[in-house]
Amino acid sequence: MNEIQEEIIAEFEVFEDWLDKYNYLIELSNDLPIMDPKYKTSEYLINGCQSKVWLRADLVDEKIRFTADSDAIITKGIVSLLIRVLSDRYPAEIMDTDLVFIDRIGLRENLSPTRSNGLLSMVKQMKLYALAYKTKMAQQ
Amino acid sequence: MDFEVDKIRQDFPLLSQKVHGHPIVYFDNGATTQKPRQVIDTVRRYYEEENASIHRGVHFLSERSTETYEKAREKVRKYINAASTNEVIFTSGTTGSINALAFSFGEKHLGPGTEVIISEMEHHSNIVPWQMVCERKGASLKVIPFNTKGELVMAEFKKLLSDRTRIVAVTHISNSLGTINPVKDIIRLAHKFEVPVLVDGAQALPHESIDVQDLDADFYAFSGHKVYGPNGIGVLYGKEKNLYDLPPYQGGGDMVDCVSFEKTTYNQLPYKFEAGTMNYIGASGLAAALDYISEIGLKRIRDYERSLLEYATMKLMTVPGLEIYGNAAKKISILSFLMDGIHPYDAGMVLDKLGIAVRTGTHCTQPVMDHFKITGTLRASLAFYNTTGEIDRLHAGLHRVRDMFG
Repeated sequence: MNEIQEEIIAEFEVFEDWLDKYNYLIELSNDLPIMDPKYKTSEYLINGCQSKVWLRADLVDEKIRFTADSDAIITKGIVSLLIRVLSDRYPAEIMDTDLVFIDRIGLRENLSPTRSNGLLSMVKQMKLYALAYKTKMAQQ
Repeated sequence: MDFEVDKIRQDFPLLSQKVHGHPIVYFDNGATTQKPRQVIDTVRRYYEEENASIHRGVHFLSERSTETYEKAREKVRKYINAASTNEVIFTSGTTGSINALAFSFGEKHLGPGTEVIISEMEHHSNIVPWQMVCERKGASLKVIPFNTKGELVMAEFKKLLSDRTRIVAVTHISNSLGTINPVKDIIRLAHKFEVPVLVDGAQALPHESIDVQDLDADFYAFSGHKVYGPNGIGVLYGKEKNLYDLPPYQGGGDMVDCVSFEKTTYNQLPYKFEAGTMNYIGASGLAAALDYISEIGLKRIRDYERSLLEYATMKLMTVPGLEIYGNAAKKISILSFLMDGIHPYDAGMVLDKLGIAVRTGTHCTQPVMDHFKITGTLRASLAFYNTTGEIDRLHAGLHRVRDMFG
C-alpha cells in the first residue's frame, strides 16, 4: 500500500503549478468508478459544509472495497486517491495506514477540520468501517 | 474629490502580502474586514502603555484604562446616535449581542402563545438564539419570506404581525444577498402593535450610516471585526427603557451592586449587562476603527463601494453561465453567484490558488440557499479598499475556472 502512496507522490512531483495539480485531480475524478445513484442517499452521505461525499464499503474476499463520490470535482479527485490507497485492502491494513501522501503532495489543507469538505470525515469513516469489519470477522 | 484607494490601501498592512505568489485580492469582507494601522496601533499601544483591569482598582493605570473604555462607549454612542451611553452595551460581537437579548427578552416576555418574527434571510446567529428561546418558553417563530430578487415581502410581514407578536428580529443587510432591508418601515409597522424590533446590523455598520434614533430601533447589534475593528468586541444597543426592564443575561463581576448569599442586586445600566472583565482593549480598537471610518467619510465610502458594485456586477454578468443571487434594488457590495454546473467549492479552490479570497458555501444562511434550491454560492464581498483592478482579476479567475471545469 505504501508503494501506491509513493506512486502518487511521484505522479504529483512533475507539477510545479497548483492549477496543474488541480487539473490532474479533475482528470482523476473522471476515472473514479461511477457510484450507483441509488447509494447516494443520506445513509451513505458524509456531510461537509462545503462539499458532500458519499461512501460505501463492501467486504469482498475478506478485503474492503470502497466506492465513493462527491458533488465537487476537486474533492472527488482526492476521494479517488484515497480509494486508490485504501480500497481492496484487508481491514487491518486500512487501520494501520498512515496517509502520508496527502501531506507530501501538498493537499494537507484539504483534510483539515476547518475545510469541512467531507474528506477528513471520509478518512475517519473508512477507518471505522475497517475496524467494524475486523471486529465482525474476528467474531465469526 | 476622488477616492484615493491606493493611499487608503497603504493603511492596511495585510493587503500588501502575496498569496500563492499573487498579490492578495481580499473579497471576504462580509466574513471579516482587515484592520487599518490606526486600529492595530491603538491596540498595541494599549497593551504597551495602559493595560489594567477596568472599574476595579484605585491605581493610576486602572483609572486610565476605565477612562479609555468609557470614552470608547461614548464614541460608539455618538457614531450610532444613541441617546445615552447607558444604551450602549459592549459584548463579544453580534452573536453575543443577539444571544444576550434573546435570553433576557425571552425570560421577561416570551411564553406559550407568543410569537417572535424573524426573516428568511437571517444569518444563523439571528435564527438559532430565537429558536432556542422559543423552544424553552413554548413560543413560536414566524418567518418573513423574501422574493426572487432577495427582497423581503412586506405584505407578508404585515400579515404576520399580531397581538401575539412580542418581538421582531431582522437583519439590516443580508450577508449572503447584500439586500438592504427597509428596517425603518419594519420598525414603524411593528410599533403600531407596540412590538419592539431588534436589528442585526453586522453587515450594515461597515457600509451605511446608522442612526438608531432616526430608525427608532429598539435594539441594534453589531460586531467590531466586521467594521475594521478588532475581534471579540461588539455592541448591543437598546433603548434605555427596554434595557431597564430586562433581567441580566450573565452573572459575574461588575454587573452586580451588592452580593450576598441571600440576595444579589444588580448594577445600573449599562453595567448590568457587562459581566466579568470586558474586552476593554477591543472596545478602544473599535473606537479607533469608527474614528478611521469617520475620517474617510461614510458617504464617500458608500459612493465608492457603489461604483465597485456596479462595476463588479457588470463584469460578472459577462462570464458565461454565471448567475447572481440577490438582485435587490437596494443592495451593498456583496455578490453571491454560481456558475452553471460548477461547484462553488471547486471554483473557490482555484480562485484561492490565484490569490483571490472569496467565501464559498452557505454563508451561515442555509434557509437562503434552500429558498433558491442550491447548496451554496461563491460570495465576493467588497470593501472600500478593494479596486476595479481586483475585480478584473476575479473576472479573469472565473474564466480560468470555467476553462477547467466548464
